[in-house]
Amino acid sequence: MNRIRRAFHGKKAFLAFLTGGDPDMETTENLIVAMAESGADIVEIGVPFSDAVAEGVVIQKAGERALAAGCTVDKLFEMVRRVRTKISIPLLFMTYMNPIFAYGKERFVEQCAACGIDGIIVPDLPFEEKGELARECANRGISLISMIAPTSEKRIERIARDAEGFLYCVSSLGVTGERSHINGNVAQLIEQAKKVTSIPCAVGFGISTPEQARDMAAVSDGVIVGSAIVRLIAEYGKESMGPVSQFVKRMKSAM
Amino acid sequence: MQATKQDTKQVTNQVNSGRFGVYGGQYIPETLMSAVQELEEGYFHYKTDPEFQRELDSLLNHYAGRPSLLYFAKRMTHDFGGAKVYLKREDLNHTGSHKINNVLGQVLLAKKMGKTRVIAETGAGQHGVATATAAALMDLECEIFMGKEDMERQALNVFRMQLLGAKVHAVTSGTMTLKDAVSETMREWATRMDDTHYVLGSVMGPHPFPIMVRDFQKIIGKEIKEQMIRAEGRMPDAVIACVGGGSNAMGAFYEFLGDSSVELIGCEAAGLGVDNPKNAATMANGKVGILHGMKSYFSQDEYGQIAPVYSLSAGLDYPGIGPEHAYLADAGRARYVPITDAEAVDALEYLSRVEGIIPALESAHALAYAKKLVPTMRKDKIVVVVVSGRGDKDVAALARYKGVNLYE
Repeated sequence: MNRIRRAFHGKKAFLAFLTGGDPDMETTENLIVAMAESGADIVEIGVPFSDAVAEGVVIQKAGERALAAGCTVDKLFEMVRRVRTKISIPLLFMTYMNPIFAYGKERFVEQCAACGIDGIIVPDLPFEEKGELARECANRGISLISMIAPTSEKRIERIARDAEGFLYCVSSLGVTGERSHINGNVAQLIEQAKKVTSIPCAVGFGISTPEQARDMAAVSDGVIVGSAIVRLIAEYGKESMGPVSQFVKRMKSAM
Repeated sequence: MQATKQDTKQVTNQVNSGRFGVYGGQYIPETLMSAVQELEEGYFHYKTDPEFQRELDSLLNHYAGRPSLLYFAKRMTHDFGGAKVYLKREDLNHTGSHKINNVLGQVLLAKKMGKTRVIAETGAGQHGVATATAAALMDLECEIFMGKEDMERQALNVFRMQLLGAKVHAVTSGTMTLKDAVSETMREWATRMDDTHYVLGSVMGPHPFPIMVRDFQKIIGKEIKEQMIRAEGRMPDAVIACVGGGSNAMGAFYEFLGDSSVELIGCEAAGLGVDNPKNAATMANGKVGILHGMKSYFSQDEYGQIAPVYSLSAGLDYPGIGPEHAYLADAGRARYVPITDAEAVDALEYLSRVEGIIPALESAHALAYAKKLVPTMRKDKIVVVVVSGRGDKDVAALARYKGVNLYE
């Protein structure tokens, strides 16, 4: 069983997202450790991209701050190498195709494997374009995470059958960001996927409160939270370890 | 590598693959895939529907004012002393540019597909105005996304869109220009696609947009060919058009792809110069990358962050180029040349004085290259320059550029 599957084993997993390099690389490193210690089962590190089309304004702004602070893919690899000596939970990169393509697909995935990244999520790489990165990931034992959305319908089974690591279930229409109501029919989405796959299904997009985490965990194998954490980091900056740890603990205990 | 005449036509005609060589594709979030596939199905259905074509032809002829003139620029030709110059007058279309060709097609399609709302990005405002116009005509709700910086540069077009009943949203993310307006419109579409069609303004974005927009624009080249044969009894030797995303150029080139004697030249915006960071010359300075749903050439840094681009003309101020152009460049079937702000302004003023036609700043990039090329050609050669739009929208920006204080 690989590290990602183990993170879901016998429990509901909490997946915490933060943007790498926001407000600086040292804080990101400390936050990853703090979140792991507070109960996060998997950490997703956003590799900032200038034109993040799947992101709402909170994560867009975090990306802008990180880039302005000098964050690069190379610096992220160095940071992950350091943090890997301190924690053992799975670490994922979430980024767009262009930063990977510009770095060199082979080289990017090779570096991921070398520094201890377990999987990659690429929101602008749908099922039809997966071939762009699938071979490189398979060669290095990196899980290329697939996504399904409320609009996937007939596509769900095809995507789920081919998915690895876990299946990222997008809770509702639109982009990332906190929502007062999750209006997509998540339970149905997951039910359809489960017909053809045994891999865990985690729900993301719009989840920010313990109540939402509890409701979503009830119908899935795990919950992904990004914007709510990133907003705390925006507010507290270098001092965000405390507030973020508390938030992670609160969310995790509600699940 | 030089592609044969046959190759070029074949690959660009593979309508369902969504690829032009390695370029194109559908690099978009999963949430949008169903919308794009629904569009693909709808488009390929109506494309061959005679009733749809009849309605579209009628709109193009009786509403937009097609066919547009192919005008022999006699004074310019005499002055250059080289090849004969003809101007394809897309500036004479309703709403003042070639943008209306694509928009009438897409909005009619949206209506047929049962959509009640259209959204669109705009840079200079021409595509936004055209979309708002078609939406008003066909009674659809319309919302336009425009970079905050562009709204300031093109305030008149913002008012024009509002007059036509559209809601204009200021985009404040990233560089606050065209690329961010595209991203924001994609985000909006992902939020609401049941009743909404995204009217993309150029031959870019995920499949089927590059093919569909080119098909709606290819009337430009089709008319050029017919009009040229009527006027001169033969094909032109070169067709020159400006390129941002590249829709007027693709529309003008497409009919000639199989005619290898016709040289196809795209003129991109070099801003302050290709060696100056303030430029938008994607082919000259860009690398292959993936953005806005497509693989193509993009201006970017070594880490793949999209570069802030610059051109005096807001319509060419985009860091990428349509995937079919990328393919044509690699195949050697078309070539792409950079033109600076200064050269474009000079050409705009030149055409205004010599022919009494004020072209759009975008189109002036094509005229600027004609000004360099034509004098070097023999007198029995013929060149067509596409005047993609009229310059009325640019006079305020031009006055600012020249330091003239206008009281509007």
